[in-house]
Amino acid sequence: MKHLVSTKSISRDEAIDILDVAEDMSDVAGREVPRLPALRGKTIVNLFYEDSTRTKISFEVAAKRLSADVITFSAKGSSVSKGESLKDTAQTLAAMGADAVIVRHPASGAAEVLARSSWIDAKILNAGDGTHEHPTQALLDAFTIRRRLHGDHARGHGLDGCRVTIVGDIEHSRVARSNVWLLTTLGAHVTLVAPATLLPPSVRAWPVEVAFDLDHALAAGPDVVMMLRIQAERMHESFFPTEREYSTHWGLDDVRMRRLPGNTLVMHPGPMNRGLEISSGAADSPMSTVREQVANGVSVRMAALYLLLIGNEAEVA
Amino acid sequence: MSQRIIVRAVELVGSGAGGKGSTDILIADGVIAELGSRLSDAKATVIDADGLIALPGLVDLHTHLREPGFERSETVLSGSRAAAIGGFTAVHAMANTNPVADTVSVVEHVMSLGDSAGYVTVRPVGAVTVGLGGVRLAEIGAMARSRAKVRVFSDDGKCVSDAQLMRRALEYVATFGGVVAQHAQEPRLTEGAQMNEGRVSGELGLEGWPSVAEEAIIARDVLLAEFVGARLHVCHVSTAGSVDVVRWAKARGIPVTAEVTPHHLLLTEELASGYDANFKVNPPLRRSEDVAALRAGLADGTIDVIATDHAPHPQEVKDCAWADAAFGMVGLESALSVVQAALVDTEVLAWTDIARVLSSMPARIGHVEGYDRGIAAGAPAELTLVDPAARRDFEVGDLRGESVNSPFVGLRLPGRVMATIHAGNPTVLDGELVAAERVAAAATKSEGRGRG
Ligand SMILES: [Zn+2]
Ligand SMILES: [Zn+2]
Repeated sequence: MKHLVSTKSISRDEAIDILDVAEDMSDVAGREVPRLPALRGKTIVNLFYEDSTRTKISFEVAAKRLSADVITFSAKGSSVSKGESLKDTAQTLAAMGADAVIVRHPASGAAEVLARSSWIDAKILNAGDGTHEHPTQALLDAFTIRRRLHGDHARGHGLDGCRVTIVGDIEHSRVARSNVWLLTTLGAHVTLVAPATLLPPSVRAWPVEVAFDLDHALAAGPDVVMMLRIQAERMHESFFPTEREYSTHWGLDDVRMRRLPGNTLVMHPGPMNRGLEISSGAADSPMSTVREQVANGVSVRMAALYLLLIGNEAEVA
Repeated sequence: MSQRIIVRAVELVGSGAGGKGSTDILIADGVIAELGSRLSDAKATVIDADGLIALPGLVDLHTHLREPGFERSETVLSGSRAAAIGGFTAVHAMANTNPVADTVSVVEHVMSLGDSAGYVTVRPVGAVTVGLGGVRLAEIGAMARSRAKVRVFSDDGKCVSDAQLMRRALEYVATFGGVVAQHAQEPRLTEGAQMNEGRVSGELGLEGWPSVAEEAIIARDVLLAEFVGARLHVCHVSTAGSVDVVRWAKARGIPVTAEVTPHHLLLTEELASGYDANFKVNPPLRRSEDVAALRAGLADGTIDVIATDHAPHPQEVKDCAWADAAFGMVGLESALSVVQAALVDTEVLAWTDIARVLSSMPARIGHVEGYDRGIAAGAPAELTLVDPAARRDFEVGDLRGESVNSPFVGLRLPGRVMATIHAGNPTVLDGELVAAERVAAAATKSEGRGRG
């Protein structure tokens, strides 16, 4: 892999390869000393222009488990996000000898711009760019689903025939975009459920089914229900009238939860608004994968870093 | 003391004379003195124009020269040079400078800068509202009666979105024989908008700019123009729906004219996929269906003119994330080549139509004198000699303004301007600009003659 900017450009084989390496990495996590020397001497920069303690820590842990030197650069609120441009920061990081840059940025395309630019030739890993993509989130979601479906025999499998329903603010969700491309590439059938205001334009051209009615969609018996975080601010921009109305129509509450078969997976990328898009009962139920998702995030990010930084060399050798 | 020039063996376009074959043009005292074959004049400089076509000097109805205030992006001089190399002999300088061109002193200043540079006629556009604020009318009458004789008024960059203010503006500008050029962009529908709303914006996660934001304003404005009986000009029409609205309005007899940019005639929204901000423009690049409708609109006369919307920006506001980048593209230098690629080589328009949409019509809308006769004896010597057979890989080196934010760099484009003659003086010869001092000196002499 040259960079990991989006899941749209990942082939099925590449995706399965990443997930399989993530399985290996997850085995490492179970060891007494959960650490590999693979990236010793490599410098990885965590460049975060947006707050996200969870993602930042997940990448930090992943890099450290591979013995890389990690520099975390929280650009938000600092001089970096105010005056200094992406270009200047990239050139600074290049001068510092960064081997990989994990970038989170509020602008869609920021990671792609870095990857295409001549400012820096480090590997670029997109940790979320605006409302565009968040590829490692989708990879960890796919990893989590695959594990629940296949247990210890997950290696080599795609998600063929798996039915995934994604509910919520699709329009503003980089998680939804990355999941749509990755899950369908892996053979899953994806249904998006949201009010029309929160669906992207031309969503009908996407390789998915689209529905407005959550109860209808749940009655179809999906294998996975993925709830997206809804931002209350959207209410003030008239995407929906009130939290109560949103929650009534598109929230996974206890009543809807009870109607789901016990083997349905309930996912959420976090952080959750309990009581809004998901009830506490749903979030904490055994059907919920929320905590597994966090743990799997580290394995998947280790795999991504490993493949980006030495995977290709290893293949050649 | 003026220059005498013979353009030898050129093919005339837009002369109304019809007829193929080559002609000689004798230029003297700033006018076209004679058309004929094997003209001779001992004192004349001869331009060998064999294989070239002669177009009347191109007139841009929509140029951002950035001076005063944004000289790092462009100056009147640098923008005039970009215009001349593109074959233009007159440009309309938009009002969104700093200070805004909303007073007599600014419009006269911009005109004088243009006169002393000498490459093109610079016709200042006056702001419709004070400071482009969209609240109070600017001193439109004073600007109209100033030395700059402003006839086009526009808040371009911003839409006159208040319906009452737009109604008043249409009526008041009509009082002085001018026209309001509207930048049609419904502000609430485009808050934070980054690119055309549709398939590509949905995938890229960029805030959509819906076509209806343009179409709704145009629909409102043509109805206002009809109601008050005033002329309206619509800037940079970019959607198929806008073309339909303008076509309907014209069929109804509403006095509306419309322009389209070269980039909207050739480029589409897919170019945003790499997040290269050189493709970020207002209005945004649209779908290929829109491009087809815009071409058809030019072909059937719904769209009257092609205007560049040349919008220079320094590199740092393009070398960044898409959402952080400025809107706009430079277009003067590439305009004619792009138009040839989009319209002539595709047989949508003939060169005589190009002469109309890039010279006589924009001149008529902007009240630029002397362009109504095309290339004819007695007409002012404003002309452009083009080699339509040339092909080039368009490069940054082909640009002549201060800024390099062209979306066409790297494209193979047809046609090349080999010579431009403005007010009887060459501004471009052998495909290269004539030196600034020579052009300025010649312009000063011509001005003296004009007064004398
Ligand atoms: Zn405009
Ligand atoms: Zn403009």
